[in-house]
Amino acid sequence: MKPAAFVRHVPKTVEEALAILAEVAPQDGRVLAGGQSLVPIMAFRMARPAHLVDINEVAGLDRLAVDGGKLVIGARVRHAAFHKSVADGPLGKLLAYVVRHIAHYPIRMRGTFCGSLAHADPASEWCLVAATLGAEIVARSKRGTRTIAAADFFQGIMSTALAENELLTEARLPLLAADAKFGFYEFNRRAGDFAMAAALATYRLVDGKIAEPRIGVGGAEAQPRRIAQAEATLAGQAPGDAAFRAAAEAAAKAIDPLEDIQTSGEYRRDLVRAVVRRALEHSA
Amino acid sequence: MTAHTKGSGTTWVGRAIRRLEDPALVTGQGRFTADLPAAHWVRFVRSATAAGKIVKISAPDGAHVVTAADLKHVKPIRPMLHKFNYVPVAQPILADGVVRFVGECIAACVAASEAEAEDLADRVEVTIDDTAPLVDARDALADGAPRVHAEAAGNVIVEGKVKTPDFDAVWRGAHKIVKVDARSRRQNATPMEARAGHAAYDAATRRITFTCTTQMPHLMRTAIADLLGFPESDLRVIAPDVGGGFGQKMSLAAEYVVLVWLARKHKSSFAWTEDRRENLIAGFHSRDQHVTLEGAFDKNGKLVALNAAVVANIGAYSCFPTTCGVEPLMAMAEMPGPYDVRHYACRARGVITNTCPMAPYRGVSRPVITFVLERLMEKAAAAFGIDPIDLRRRNLIDKFPYTSATGLVYDEASYKQTMEMAVEHIGLPAFRARQKQARAQGQHLGIGFAAFSERTGYGSPAFAARGMEITPGWETVILSVDPSGFVEARIGSSPHGQGLRTTLAQIIADEIGIEPQLIKVIHGDTDRAPYGWGTFASRSLVISGGATLIAARKIRAKLIKIASHMLEADADDIVLEAGSAKVAGTDRTITIAKLAREAYHQTHRFKGEIEPGLTETGTYDPPGTFSNACHVAVVEVDVETGRVRIEKFLVAEDAGRIINPMIADGQVHGGVAQGIGNALLEEIIYDETGNILSSTLADYLPPTAHEIPPIELHHIETHTEASITKAKGLGEGGAIGAPAAVINAINDALSPFGVSIDEMPATPQRIRAALRQAEKAA
Repeated sequence: MKPAAFVRHVPKTVEEALAILAEVAPQDGRVLAGGQSLVPIMAFRMARPAHLVDINEVAGLDRLAVDGGKLVIGARVRHAAFHKSVADGPLGKLLAYVVRHIAHYPIRMRGTFCGSLAHADPASEWCLVAATLGAEIVARSKRGTRTIAAADFFQGIMSTALAENELLTEARLPLLAADAKFGFYEFNRRAGDFAMAAALATYRLVDGKIAEPRIGVGGAEAQPRRIAQAEATLAGQAPGDAAFRAAAEAAAKAIDPLEDIQTSGEYRRDLVRAVVRRALEHSA
Repeated sequence: MTAHTKGSGTTWVGRAIRRLEDPALVTGQGRFTADLPAAHWVRFVRSATAAGKIVKISAPDGAHVVTAADLKHVKPIRPMLHKFNYVPVAQPILADGVVRFVGECIAACVAASEAEAEDLADRVEVTIDDTAPLVDARDALADGAPRVHAEAAGNVIVEGKVKTPDFDAVWRGAHKIVKVDARSRRQNATPMEARAGHAAYDAATRRITFTCTTQMPHLMRTAIADLLGFPESDLRVIAPDVGGGFGQKMSLAAEYVVLVWLARKHKSSFAWTEDRRENLIAGFHSRDQHVTLEGAFDKNGKLVALNAAVVANIGAYSCFPTTCGVEPLMAMAEMPGPYDVRHYACRARGVITNTCPMAPYRGVSRPVITFVLERLMEKAAAAFGIDPIDLRRRNLIDKFPYTSATGLVYDEASYKQTMEMAVEHIGLPAFRARQKQARAQGQHLGIGFAAFSERTGYGSPAFAARGMEITPGWETVILSVDPSGFVEARIGSSPHGQGLRTTLAQIIADEIGIEPQLIKVIHGDTDRAPYGWGTFASRSLVISGGATLIAARKIRAKLIKIASHMLEADADDIVLEAGSAKVAGTDRTITIAKLAREAYHQTHRFKGEIEPGLTETGTYDPPGTFSNACHVAVVEVDVETGRVRIEKFLVAEDAGRIINPMIADGQVHGGVAQGIGNALLEEIIYDETGNILSSTLADYLPPTAHEIPPIELHHIETHTEASITKAKGLGEGGAIGAPAAVINAINDALSPFGVSIDEMPATPQRIRAALRQAEKAA
């Protein structure tokens, strides 16, 4: 369980990192941030990058600030940064609640928010947050900078819209309205394991009725996404058991479930039904 | 919480003193096999195919790669049983033309570092002509199934059968027959430290020192010297600190034979440290049993006969030294457990397949048979419409000694008392009230009980009954007081977490009147310790402890004799305590250190009446004894997701005299944790091609601290004549009782749904599948 040989590059600036990436990406070069996903698969030799562009010393990528109504999260911001609220209002609380579900404490000390997005594990909590809240993802290369919407970014199991020579420099999460409600629930076999299904719900109450609902489901399909059918059942309803159950049922029906030797599609739907309802109950 | 009913006193035995082995371990001073530097590191090329013929192995030019062709003079591992229709099968050290499971070693790649050895292994190409693998035992038993080994027709390599006289008549006359069809899936013991070996040649003595993480250093010496054909005296085996074994490290690793062969051939040092993936796919598996059990009851709910069929998937080869008979034959011998039943029939088969070989794992078969038997008790109680505790009351053994239907003699135990103790402390009536209330609110709580017997500390006659060519049992302890008055006990057992350095020191301290801290227990080095069987089967405290007591009594007698000379007093008046010999009722005293000095340096004073020196040997080979316990689990089942949360766990147990209550409690805690893993989480999963899908700790799920509830312990101490220390041993009990208690609790929680969960692990998927099926049927 020793990785295959690789060359580690340690750029100090984004420009330097992009220049190296442009050069080594065609030779199986990969970006290394927290390393909590990449390094284990390198140890198994399931990944054998010939070059690692280690961004841990790149200046400016540790930015974590509210700017223009958005929370800007730089590529070096660790999961642990979210243990306490990083933004006023519900978004900071939401992130502080969700982060406790990510693996275990030592992993949260090293792993990064943006690294999770770039890795795009279907069960990732941050990918679910990004998809549900409509994050903007900033990708830079020597040729320029582009901003990708979360809905376009996740393209399948560990597959994203990032090109091999692009560095995910930051993610931007829109702040939630001051009166927004949120709820999160994830199901796993043991504490800290990857979610077998997870749901994130946000909405506002206008005259006692649900408005602007967002229901995201992760871990159940190849990529996390908002479930429009579940959102439609909620909009305009009074929050409560009947509305939550209807939304959960709609989500369970709508998904295209991941299946494996242990987990049938039927079971995955059972889980989605449970996590969506519980996320909504958590929000209330 | 722990309540000891007896055993505390002014002596060292019975006191929860801190473990003497811990200061080194918790300050990073422990020494493990992988800490040793080596000139050469080895990486094994393993089969990625479950079954096939090796067509070609190609290695880069000039690379140091060893294959079966290099090992023509090395014998294969071929363990032997002389009973039970055992068919001996040979395991070549490196696959010789044929591969039989995914993970089997094909070639050994040698380089200057682990990483370079792994690089080399990547460049070795193996071409295998695949054949259809047999993964499930049912497929291996099917008519016309291919043979995994040519010599094993039908793929059954061990088969035990028993049927008591009059069984058929009793069966026909029974009032009710109750049946359980149960599976316990495959596990890996997952010790924290995976396997590792380090073989070094010493030019001065021309000997090999082989350091490895084993539970049985002397057996490793015997096996490796035999297979390579050289004298055992030229091989020193050292088991340094060992990071858990649980049975997995009893069995001989073929990899170890390669390391010693390399060190002898190249007169250098060669090391291998197994990684977690190798350990999960090839480091021996366990359980994987399918048991069908029927119980015949009379009209009063008394069990009159048991009929069992056991199919154990034992993997591709038979493990050394116990053989693959260990699982099915244990199941056959001990199926009736703590219950009185006079008529018994059983057929137990070990089936060979294209999967990783099986080795013993904490509890050996008894976690499975306790699970099956306790499911039977619950189902029978339901069939009779009586309380399951009451049904157990009618059937638990309560007269001793008790001779079982299979001829096992049960010494005095407390089957009923521990169960009543558990019922009382868990507060059963209050739980039932809470359960009813919770159900009304859609919350599903359940309680599960498991009563069991744990056969421990058995000597050579018990093993001889299995017809083992290598028959373990006895233990020897050499106890010396050196001239400075310090004590060294050299033991053949090989503790690796059991705390034996502390508990044996407590036994010695009481006999010779010195503090345990002055006593060193030496083990795990064949040059220093007497030949012994190592540590397994809940045996070491009983057998090595007994041998220690015998040796300590001899030392005590000699110290008293010397003291009576020196103090000019009658031997009967001498007491040994607090580091001195004293003449009772006087102020005349002499330190034990002074007595020791005399024993070596002033022997002329004893006029030939006392042999020089202070070294004595004790050997103990007991008949065996039975510990017992009742476990209780309280669970909540989330019926929407199938997840089980254990709210509380309680153990009422009787392991005879408790030498160190803290260590005993620790053994129970660890065993229960593994039992919970067995019940809910751990499963090695093969796909139909024989490939392992659970080859990392992200897929194979041992419980973490989060999944282990508070464990409440209660003890009864039944002092038996079957053990001279009165200690019964309890290393495996936690793992034996916990699975059955958890599964019974799940079934209790789900009783309104009319489902029966009879498969372990009871994963959320399986629980939901059963509930879904029940919903559809309703």
